[in-house]
Amino acid sequence: MGEPRPRFWRRSPAVWPLAGLLLLLAVNVADGLREGRNFLSVTLQDGRLVSPVIDIVKNGSYGLVLALGMTLVIATGGIDLSVGTVMAVAGGWAARLLLDGHGAATAVMAALAAALACGLVNGLLVAGARIQPIVATLVMMVAGRGLAQLLTGGKVVQIPPGGFQWMGHGLIAGLPVAPLLVTALYLVTWAGLRRSAAGLFLEAAGDNPTASRFAGLATGRVRCLAYVGCGVCAGLAGLIKISDIGSADPFGMGSTMELDAIFAVVVGGTALSGGRLCLLGSFFGALLLQTLTVTMFYLGVPSAVAPVPKAVVIIAACLAQSETTRRWFARLKPGRAA
Amino acid sequence: MSPRWNARLPLLVTATILLLLFGAAGLMYPYFFSTGNAVNILTAQSSVGIMAVGLTLVIFAGGIDLSVGAVAGCATILVATLVERHGVHPVVAAAAALAAGATFGAGMAVLIERFRQPPFLITLAGMFLARGCAFWISTESVEIRHPFHRQLVDFMMQLGPVGVHPLPLLIFGAVLLAGYVLAHHTRFGRNLLAIGGSESSARLMGLPVSATKIAAYTLCGLTAALAGVVNTFITGSGNSIYGTGMELDAIAAVVIGGTLLTGGRGQMPGTLCGVLILGTIKSALDFDGRLDAAWTRIIIGTLLLGFILLQRLLLRRLERR
Amino acid sequence: MTAPLLTLRGIGKKFPGVVALAGVDFTVRAGEIHALLGENGAGKSTLIKVLTGVHPADEGEIRLEGGLVRPGSPKEAERLGLSTVYQEVNLIPSLSVAENIGLGRQPGRFGLLNWPALRRHARAALARLEITCDVDAELGLLPLAVQQMVAIARALDLRAKLLVLDEPTASLDEKEVEELFKIMRQLRAQGLGIVFVTHFLEQVYAVSDRITVLRNGTLVGEFATAELPRLALVGKMLGRELPAAPGPAAGAGEPARAARPEAGGPTAPLLEARQISRRGALHPFDLTLRRGEVTGLAGLLGSGRTETARLLFGIDRADSGRISFDGHELRLGSVRAAVRHGLAFCSEDRKIEGILPNLSVRENLILALQAKRGAWRTLARAEQEKLCDHYIRALRIKTPGPETPIRNLSGGNQQKVLLARWLATQPVLFILDEPTRGIDIGAKAEIEQLIAQLRADGLAVLFISSEIEEVVRVSTRVVVLRERRKVAELTGTAIELPGLMRAMAGGHQDHG
Repeated sequence: MGEPRPRFWRRSPAVWPLAGLLLLLAVNVADGLREGRNFLSVTLQDGRLVSPVIDIVKNGSYGLVLALGMTLVIATGGIDLSVGTVMAVAGGWAARLLLDGHGAATAVMAALAAALACGLVNGLLVAGARIQPIVATLVMMVAGRGLAQLLTGGKVVQIPPGGFQWMGHGLIAGLPVAPLLVTALYLVTWAGLRRSAAGLFLEAAGDNPTASRFAGLATGRVRCLAYVGCGVCAGLAGLIKISDIGSADPFGMGSTMELDAIFAVVVGGTALSGGRLCLLGSFFGALLLQTLTVTMFYLGVPSAVAPVPKAVVIIAACLAQSETTRRWFARLKPGRAA
Repeated sequence: MSPRWNARLPLLVTATILLLLFGAAGLMYPYFFSTGNAVNILTAQSSVGIMAVGLTLVIFAGGIDLSVGAVAGCATILVATLVERHGVHPVVAAAAALAAGATFGAGMAVLIERFRQPPFLITLAGMFLARGCAFWISTESVEIRHPFHRQLVDFMMQLGPVGVHPLPLLIFGAVLLAGYVLAHHTRFGRNLLAIGGSESSARLMGLPVSATKIAAYTLCGLTAALAGVVNTFITGSGNSIYGTGMELDAIAAVVIGGTLLTGGRGQMPGTLCGVLILGTIKSALDFDGRLDAAWTRIIIGTLLLGFILLQRLLLRRLERR
Repeated sequence: MTAPLLTLRGIGKKFPGVVALAGVDFTVRAGEIHALLGENGAGKSTLIKVLTGVHPADEGEIRLEGGLVRPGSPKEAERLGLSTVYQEVNLIPSLSVAENIGLGRQPGRFGLLNWPALRRHARAALARLEITCDVDAELGLLPLAVQQMVAIARALDLRAKLLVLDEPTASLDEKEVEELFKIMRQLRAQGLGIVFVTHFLEQVYAVSDRITVLRNGTLVGEFATAELPRLALVGKMLGRELPAAPGPAAGAGEPARAARPEAGGPTAPLLEARQISRRGALHPFDLTLRRGEVTGLAGLLGSGRTETARLLFGIDRADSGRISFDGHELRLGSVRAAVRHGLAFCSEDRKIEGILPNLSVRENLILALQAKRGAWRTLARAEQEKLCDHYIRALRIKTPGPETPIRNLSGGNQQKVLLARWLATQPVLFILDEPTRGIDIGAKAEIEQLIAQLRADGLAVLFISSEIEEVVRVSTRVVVLRERRKVAELTGTAIELPGLMRAMAGGHQDHG
């Protein structure tokens, strides 16, 4: 309207993860050249496009979904530590149903319903019983793991071959299905949030819950729904994961994924204090994380040690966004201090 | 209800649950009520117990430390590699691991306090860091063959008909006692509860808020490392995946012990009860054999939720006044 | 008269964008109760914080018993003998009474606490105030009055020379207040200097020896309580001198009466509140609001103005009474029901209860309307922008554009956005709590004009302001509150400054 819209790179917090992502890609390209690989190569094999970049997106797809859900919760000023566990619950139950001979559609619907129920419990505990988000979701994190083990009978479930594997291995126009599905989900969510008032309500509830309530907003309902959305996303991530690797491990699946999701969101510019959500930032943030893992691999860092750089980057990102650091910077350039 | 009653209700509930569980298990399974089983429960829970004592201090002050399991894992592998690959005496290795754990806790606390970051986030990152470091030291489990250490591992005592492995129990007991004294009979402990109760009031009352919190995280890191060291006395080896998910058990023990997860309220004896409840549940499920081990998690989760809701209810009564 | 115990000279304190205190002098003598009075933004709390080391002063000097001191932290101030008891008792509710008294300086040996000694000590400290209570009881479970006593016991335990009581009576009932006064008098007799901050004038006259009045961060004056009539005191607090005698006032204080709107013919009541009350906030009272009328709520700070607004809008639930609105029974304690019926409420606390700081002007503006419509009946972006444009122009909101975060706007413009937020919902009753506080003169005039316009458009307006002339200028009917009771209702020509101030001040000059 009246004002010229600031350029994307000045305005959007998504710039930082994008810059980090490009930097990591550059490192990979350079490293590839040194070893005679072309990191950016794209080849067609048996109707399938093969490229290290596509692998990153494919392997990062469930991280992307988790980040999407987590973004909703963090925008309301909350946190969901149970996403990894909910992945295991949904994945475990879907695998069990498939093993029992149910169709793919049934398994998918049932798994998503279970994930939704987990999210709803979180939401009710947070918004209804007014329990701190980290406490409420910690309970789900503990109990959900047991539920997942119960659903799978306490062992790793192998998924029988069938239509379900399309989700993890199928191709559309030579591209893997999962990342396309996830990208579509991002677009739909983005449109849903921006075209309807849902996005405004989420941000309002996170930015100033008191003022939002005084403006007549049902903040409790909004927060609860954010957890439900996060639960469903976690369920979908679980489905993608089991479809990809062909089995569901109730013990290990999704453990420590909650930090990955929080990482993606925080690096993506959605502040942990809530109030502003940046889906694009979370998208790039999740990709950045996956690329970091791949880079570690190419650079010869054992996969078990990979958490170290992750942890370092997330701490750095948090500290960089903290008030203390901002004040330091404000002091460095006195002319611009507000 | 009298005012005194309110503060002690959670602890009473905890103790009652412990007695009921233990009694029920004893009625259902023969041999559950035996010295051997009691010793087994205690030994198996000693590491979690030690960790929970340190964690209780942090939770008293309204903080949380999710890195304790990973720190314990890192400590086991650190001790094992130092002894086996670098020829360090086990005592020195253990001291190094304890120092590392304490330093790690202090470092996280400084970030939390100085940069005003949420504790769960920094300690979650700390968990990754510690776990990654453990794998960096060694991805495989390392057996400790040093004769002095073997002596410690094999040191058994006869208690009636059962063999007791006294070292972990003694250390657990000592840590618990130290934790109890620290929490209930020093200014430091009372300051922790005051900070957890209301940080702004504590500041206005002139209490050393930041220093106290940093000290609590440091002690928590120390006990986490000690839990790892004690585990090497039980298993005689170091393993970098040791302690995975243990932070949840420790938190559960603290909360089921009647300590408010948001801080300001709690008793160290409650933490012992919490640890014993966890041990009893695990042991009972072992005895049963029909029930899935998965139930442990579900029962713990339910108990956790129950206690959190109970505390919430008590607090709401307070707020209404 | 004894020598001054504490002398503050030329105290100045600036916060970013605000001068909180400018050249304030303040003297307390040993063995006196000194009331510190002033309306919102007068600088009372800043002065106390300077005194107790929470915010050290930028300029000026503090002398305690003649010696220069400079408390840099609460602990340092306590060590000097300056102790404070805050309104929202700053103790730890989850710890016992004994611990709260002893925290930070518990008796002990070798680092271990001596619990029996701590309890004995606490009991002794309470006994000095003639209080008996279980020192092992959890503080939070005791009545607020007892908590207050415990806080005083803790403060005195530090060998205090000066005790600052910051609104200690705000949540006490009459009997508890009497108890407190008894203790205050007893402490005065022991030679302690007491600074007493309160909103209740009755209490000032009941217990204090001297009064210092602040206004807008500057000193109005120091007076002996016995020599300052109540009406004169209110005048000084409001910055408005009045002839002491009641009667037709002329000249100085009178606003241009011609500018004040006259009520039209009597219309049917829009909102009728019957005997609504809330414990600790408001005594039961009736209130009727009509279309085409601006009802002013006048009263000193703490008289129950905001509490009334919050009850009507459903933020707090009334303990008793009923509210009928336009023929319907209004559900008590539900903001959403109130909004649905066409109520609107602009809170006095813009920062905490009004703006969503990081969201844009547009988002702030459409929030209430969108919340009223629900998430699914979304306002199209074009419609939102049209609304924004309309209100930005109509209310002359100065903003770089609708997409600027609202935190970048000045206070007056933020306030206009909040007004626009509610106007967009097309309310029938608009409750405005201090809509002109902390904004510049131009914006103030515009908001007053807007209120007149709303009245002309047939809305009912409930207008709350600390600036009494503003209430007189804007209102067609004025309800006066004093100490959480409705004490008078004035209409038409009866709305004039002297009468209002007398009603607000209460006491013997009361002419309801």
